Formats: sequence, C-alpha cells, structure tokens
Amino acid sequence: MSEQPRMDERGLVELDDSIPKQAKIDGSSAVIEARDMTTRKINAELRWLIYEEGVTDVTVRDPSARHSLGVAILARCRIRFEGSLGYFGCGLIDGPEVEITGRVGWSVAENMMSGVVVVESNAGSLAGAALRGGDLVVKGDVGARTGIDQKGGTIIVLGNAASMTGFMMQRGRQIILGDVGHGLGDSMYDGTIYVGGEVASLGIDCVDAEWTDADTELVERKFSIYGLGKPPELRKLVSGKKLYNYDNLEPSERRLVL
Amino acid sequence: MCGIAGIIYRNGGGQEQVGRDMTRMLQAMKHRGPDSTGFALYRGAGDTYVMHVKLSESTEHDPDLERRMQRQRGEVETRMRAAGARIEEIKEAPRTMTVIFDFDGDLRTLADAVERVRRTEVLSLGRSLEIVKDLGDANTVAGEYGLGAFTGTHAIGHARMATESDVDIANAHPYWAYPFPDVAVVHNGQLTNFHDWRRRLTRAGHRFHSDCDSEIIAVYLAEQMSRGRSLEEAMHQSLQDLDGVFTYICVTEDSLGVAKDELGAKPLVLYEDDEIVALASEEIAIRQVLDREIETHDPYEGEVRVWSR
Repeated sequence: MSEQPRMDERGLVELDDSIPKQAKIDGSSAVIEARDMTTRKINAELRWLIYEEGVTDVTVRDPSARHSLGVAILARCRIRFEGSLGYFGCGLIDGPEVEITGRVGWSVAENMMSGVVVVESNAGSLAGAALRGGDLVVKGDVGARTGIDQKGGTIIVLGNAASMTGFMMQRGRQIILGDVGHGLGDSMYDGTIYVGGEVASLGIDCVDAEWTDADTELVERKFSIYGLGKPPELRKLVSGKKLYNYDNLEPSERRLVL
Repeated sequence: MCGIAGIIYRNGGGQEQVGRDMTRMLQAMKHRGPDSTGFALYRGAGDTYVMHVKLSESTEHDPDLERRMQRQRGEVETRMRAAGARIEEIKEAPRTMTVIFDFDGDLRTLADAVERVRRTEVLSLGRSLEIVKDLGDANTVAGEYGLGAFTGTHAIGHARMATESDVDIANAHPYWAYPFPDVAVVHNGQLTNFHDWRRRLTRAGHRFHSDCDSEIIAVYLAEQMSRGRSLEEAMHQSLQDLDGVFTYICVTEDSLGVAKDELGAKPLVLYEDDEIVALASEEIAIRQVLDREIETHDPYEGEVRVWSR
C-alpha cells in the first residue's frame, strides 16, 4: 500500500529522514498526499512546511490510520488530517489547531501543551492523557482512561466514555455528554468533570459538587467556540480530597516534631 | 505486546481469500510482535477432517532431522489408520504434515494416538480449522506454508512478542482447543492466574503442550463449551474466571468472538458491516483489507461480541 521502509541486513528499518518536499504549496497553505509516504516522511514533510517554508495551513490527505503523525509540532498553525490516525496522533504539540476528519487510536493529543485537536469520529483509550493545556474535542465515543493524569486544558467528548475516565486527574476540565463507565474520576487530585449521561460508578474520592455561575460560563463558552449548540444539563464532579495525605506525619515523626 | 487480528466474511461461501487477507493484516502489525506468526484459517465446511501435525520445533538442531520427520510421518499415518481413520491425502510442509481424512470415532482418542508418536503435536483438528504457526513475520510464514492461495470463510491470526515463554512453535499462537474440533484462540495480554487454571484443567484431563499462558484460554473455553455452554456464554464466564489483562479472539466453525478484560488494557479496533467483520490490535491492519476511510470503534472493557456466518 504505502512505501515500505528500507531494511538493513538484520531486518531492522534503516533511518531515512530525508524530506520528500513534494507537498503542493499555495501561498501560506499546502497539501500533503500522505498515502504512499512512510510515517517518518509525512512528519518530516510536515515539519519542513511549518518550520522552514512558513506554511500555516497544512492539509494531510489519506493518513491511512498510521501512528505518531503530527507529533511535537511547536508552532501556531492549522493542520487538517483528511482521514483517520492510529496511535499517539498529535501528541506533545504546542500551538497547532488540528482537525481530524476520521477517528483516532489510543493516546491522541497526549501531553498537549496548548492548541486545539478536534476529532470528528471516535477516539481510542487514553485520549488526552497527561494533557497540559489546550482543548481536545472528540465528537464520537472515547475509550478507557480518558484524560488520565490530566494536568490542565479541557477535554470535550460528545459521545460515551469507558472506565477510569479522569483517573488521577490533577487539573483541568472534562465535559462528557454521554454515559461514562466505572471508576469515574478515581483518585483525582483536582480538576472538574462534567457528565451529561449516566455514570456507571464513581471512583474513589470522586464526589458531586455544587454548580456555580463559573461552571455555566465555562460550559457555554466552550460550546459556543465549537458550535455545539446549547449545553444540556450536566452533573459536576470534583475531588473529595480525602486522599490528601501529603503533610501527614508518620507516628514516629510526629513524636519528634510535636 | 503482540498483535491479534480476525476477519469473518459473513455471507462468504468459503471462496474468500482469507489466507492472503490475514497475511496482510499480520504483516502490517509486525512491529507488535516479530517473534512468531500464527494463522487459524477456516477452509469452509468439508465432509472430511483436516489435521495439522507438528513434527519438529523450528529451533531444533538435529543432524538427522529429515529422516526423523520422515519416520514420524510414517508413524502418524500408521497410528491414524489403526485408529480407524480413512486417510485421503497427506501434505508435507517444512516442519509439519497435514492429513485429510474421514473418521467416525472419538477425535480425542485419535489426537492422543497421534501425539503418542514422540515429539509430535496436533496443532489443529476439525472439519474446517487449519492452524499454521512458525517463527518469523507473516510474509515468511505464509510463504513457507503457501497460505497466499488459501480460500475460506474466516480467519484469526497472531503476531507474537514473547513475554513469558519461549520463542518456538509450541509457544506460538493460535491455540487449538484440544480436543474440541474447529475451536482456536489468539490472545494479547498476560494472565495472572494462569497456574491455577492450568492445574485445574490438567486435573480435569486436559493436556498442555506449552508454557504459554494463552493456551489455557483455548482449553478453558473448550471445557466450558463441553458443559453445554455456548461460545458467548463461555466467553462471558471467562471474564469472571480469568485474571490479568487480555483481549482474545476465539473462533469456531461458524462464528468469531472477541472478549476484552475488565481493565480494557489491551487495544482492539473493530470494523463491521453486513458483509465483513474485521478486527485487529491496530487499525492499520484492518486498512490492509479495507483500503478506504472506514468507521471503526474500540470495544469497551468487559465487552464480549460474537458474530456468526
């Protein structure tokens, strides 16, 4: 289907990081026909366009569900993937506005610092894992452990989410309109999770919280940015902070200090 | 890590290119497991039985290997005839033999008789199931055993990255659910209560040929089905009984099922329409047989799905 990477005598892939420079550039926008390119070549082309050619609007056609595309792009730009991505898509990015017209596999937008990733279809597990900032919008369903270890930013899911959503979340927000699986917000330290559908069960130390005007403002603002219409009624969940034991002294230490 | 894949043509009459399709799917997931590759292919219901027999390990260095295998082939044939099998055809492959035969008796007795030939293992037995597994990637194994032209109804496959047992044919997937005809399993994950179940099933009279934790899934399901449970019921029960992380695919003569553990720790991407159901650890594998933009999703944790032809 696509170009096969060169193998060395041991059967290992040989590093070929030459830049194809085949994209059609039209002013500040460009189109990459990714179908017959290797993953490495697609990423090299993308970086060449954004960093060296000053292109701010890239369309990647037919990414064919390949892994690790569009990672570590540290510049303000627009990237549109026309098709689906595999695992680790658009991870470690800082700045880009990404649109994916298909689905994504596990770990989309992992550790995003800032920017926007909009997925038109479903996402696999670990969507927005360790997210630091920016918005991740998934219009379909997501898998398990969405926003695990999330440290900032906003994750919006229009469909359902599986188990352990928001596991060990530390900051940031999640808005999930559909149903959520078991162990929601398990061991979360901080942050807020809004749920529109049924919650199968809450995780340890995840509790209901009172709705405030700030919540209304946030949800309405995010919905209007992404053209999602009027937000439905949501349930707000936060950390009960019962697991906060950082400052507790061991009994032997207490005798020494007190 | 391991890569698993399954494909079933729901209206297929047994003429689909499942050998070619499964090879492509597994080759696309070579990076998930380059140690060994295995296929469980269904040739469509026949009037005869087909048995795949392993004669030697791929890692053996016996200078007399060819002559020994020739002797094994002769002994297997003799024992099968003695047990009442009417042999129609015998095919030879590098380290295995394939016997096509007719038989009215008890299949377990027959399999046991064959396995009494030293260093011999029945890889698969059934009216349509054929298991082929060996070291190397999918193209290597498919080339060596001539799977490119295999036509059938459905198939599963496995690209193995060994985690807990040796790299050889005995520890390669798929596993046949001895002694139940036409049942095979591939697995991605680790089972933590594997020793418990192995002891239990051994006491119940089942035989194990490998140290691989995945072999117990096949035998476990077979044991459950022998008690009258359907494949789907057995798979639901397995979520309670098996501990660890797993996504496994089980196939029978006319159906294909998948089960995911309660943690959802191992990936699976699923595509289904009226014609075809294709599932794999990664979507790039599915794209090898459906080369277009497709709507796929990940089954959730604790989910069991079964499709029939």
